[in-house]
Amino acid sequence: MEPFNIHKGIVIPLDRANVDTDAIIPKQFLKSIKKTGFGPNLFDEWRYLDHGEPNQDNSKRQINPNFVLNIPRYKNGSILIARENFGCGSSREHAPWALLDFGIKVIIASSFADIFYGNCFKNGILPITLNKNIVDQIFIKVENKIGYEISINLEKQKIYDESEIASFEIDNFKKSCLMDGLDDIGLTLKNEIDIKNFEKKYQESFPWLIDKES
Amino acid sequence: MGFSLYEKIFNRHTVRKDKDTYLLYIDRHLVHEVTSPQAFEGIRIANRDIWRKKSIIAVPDHNVPTTDRSNEIKDPISKIQVETLDKNCEEFDLLEFKMDDSRQGIVHVIGPEQGSTLPGMTIVCGDSHTSTHGAFGAIAMGIGTSEVEHVLATQCLIVNKFKTMRINVNGNLQNGVTAKDIALATIGKIGTAGGTGHAIEFAGTLIKSLSMEGRMTLCNMAIEAGSRVGLIGVDNKTIEYIQNKHLAPKGILWEKAKKDWIDLVSDEDAEFDSEIEIDGSSIEPQVSWGTSPEMVVSITGKVPNPINYSDKTLSSSYQAALEYMNLKPETPINKIFIDKVFIGSCTNSRIEDLRAAASIVGTKKIAKNIKLALVVPGSGLVKLQAESEGLDKVFKNAGFEWREPGCSMCLAMNADKLDPGERCASTSNRNFEGRQGQGGRTHLVSPQMAAAAAIYGKFVDIRELN
Repeated sequence: MEPFNIHKGIVIPLDRANVDTDAIIPKQFLKSIKKTGFGPNLFDEWRYLDHGEPNQDNSKRQINPNFVLNIPRYKNGSILIARENFGCGSSREHAPWALLDFGIKVIIASSFADIFYGNCFKNGILPITLNKNIVDQIFIKVENKIGYEISINLEKQKIYDESEIASFEIDNFKKSCLMDGLDDIGLTLKNEIDIKNFEKKYQESFPWLIDKES
Repeated sequence: MGFSLYEKIFNRHTVRKDKDTYLLYIDRHLVHEVTSPQAFEGIRIANRDIWRKKSIIAVPDHNVPTTDRSNEIKDPISKIQVETLDKNCEEFDLLEFKMDDSRQGIVHVIGPEQGSTLPGMTIVCGDSHTSTHGAFGAIAMGIGTSEVEHVLATQCLIVNKFKTMRINVNGNLQNGVTAKDIALATIGKIGTAGGTGHAIEFAGTLIKSLSMEGRMTLCNMAIEAGSRVGLIGVDNKTIEYIQNKHLAPKGILWEKAKKDWIDLVSDEDAEFDSEIEIDGSSIEPQVSWGTSPEMVVSITGKVPNPINYSDKTLSSSYQAALEYMNLKPETPINKIFIDKVFIGSCTNSRIEDLRAAASIVGTKKIAKNIKLALVVPGSGLVKLQAESEGLDKVFKNAGFEWREPGCSMCLAMNADKLDPGERCASTSNRNFEGRQGQGGRTHLVSPQMAAAAAIYGKFVDIRELN
């Protein structure tokens, strides 16, 4: 995973609440056994006017000119902003995979659904929760200025345009994993002895939950 | 101060604690074909092994056809995904109920059915509806594929502790009102983000009166209220349900386990970060009208009018939902006609659900305007049980199709789906745009309400049927 520290990019406004992971990446694309290649089908049902299927040549499809990802001024945007409860619904990690594959590095919303929020960190995407008023203000700025860019400094937990516009909260552990691009599994396996010791005691206390020989 | 049930189970499983971050031990790992291939691939690439193979039960459910299975899966991409699960389970020597096994079914139906879901456990699956298993007094939650890989390799998860919320449901349910209606009414009240960051415990006299299957339906939909974990304290019903199940402890272990389980309830003096009261007696049969499970009203209600809401985001969400659903503001729910009916999903495909739906169908026939009415049992064993009771005949005589088990039209990854513009009465859990097929329109209801909708071709108040 790529380490994350400072990211600057164009903001893409997705003015909706309760954006669910079915909308982020529809079910027919979950049949892939890979982690890559989902970008062209990000928000497929909103982004195209025709029905999408896996392995299709998406350049030949009929695009929805009104959908934000198809509006020229937001081309090459890498920061998505949306309303509350972003990423609700299915646990599919294909949602952050699709966002990342498209080029989204940061998502700002007034709140996130828990599973999606956690999945972002595992893939080097920074989800930022800001209060509703600040989200409103950013939406207004995006509307008023073509090519509106912001810069996120993860270490300082601050967001800037020409000047500082917000600071944000983030769990320290998640922050350090993201900044160092750490592999969680490697980190946990450093505690292998602890897990084995735990398992031994646990087996003694709750023998019906764990087979001795397993 | 005492502990809540969530805290009790959480503390038992804490391997390490570092500030707010915990390493939590996982007892049971359920695996299906959609969210696991990349995790197994990661294990292979890093040359790691699986920590505790016997903690895993795998089953293909999302992609499997619900029609005749004697031939191969037609969709070549679905076929590869199911075969990839088979190969991974063979390679790593894991217990799998393959597509042609009578024990195959929806992962959240077969876990409890096999007795692999036990009180006090931590249970994970790469599927948000894992909350279902919380009905047994367990911490059960959906995880992403990176976490699936993490659990495969370490038997642990890195987590923060959730806040706790208790939803107290008291009173007596009216006839024809079910656990599904409690779930929908609760989500209507607290919203789809109401439980975010929380583990929800369902408590109160009404919850105690629910069967285990009703409790599973309720915990299943905790995630639709934003909560990864929904759980219910253990009582005699829990223990009776588990006894003699295939994977349940036996003999001395059973006696020991039982003694332990009876304590798996929240202490009387446990404090919760929030508490919500719901009067169960006032809940009417629910029907969702929009594109989020919180967009729900009673059968006696009407579709809302967006102009009555001052909150801009809410008003525009309602407007967009009405357009997608092709509904006019203030349409009475009992004037909405439907095209298809789906009885199934991890929410409502267990034997009691099928019995309840069949009791409404009786000797009647489905309405002429119904293009397709599907009954998809939750597992092969549920299907066999239903057939032994003659329920399949009731459905088939009425014009329903009686299918093989799987997730089916809940998320339409297989061939079962809505065509654009079609309207469906569905016992599933999500009415998101395109969930049951692109352009499809979903109304979430209980099995009884879905069965009645099939007979009348529109939503009717089952309390008014004799």
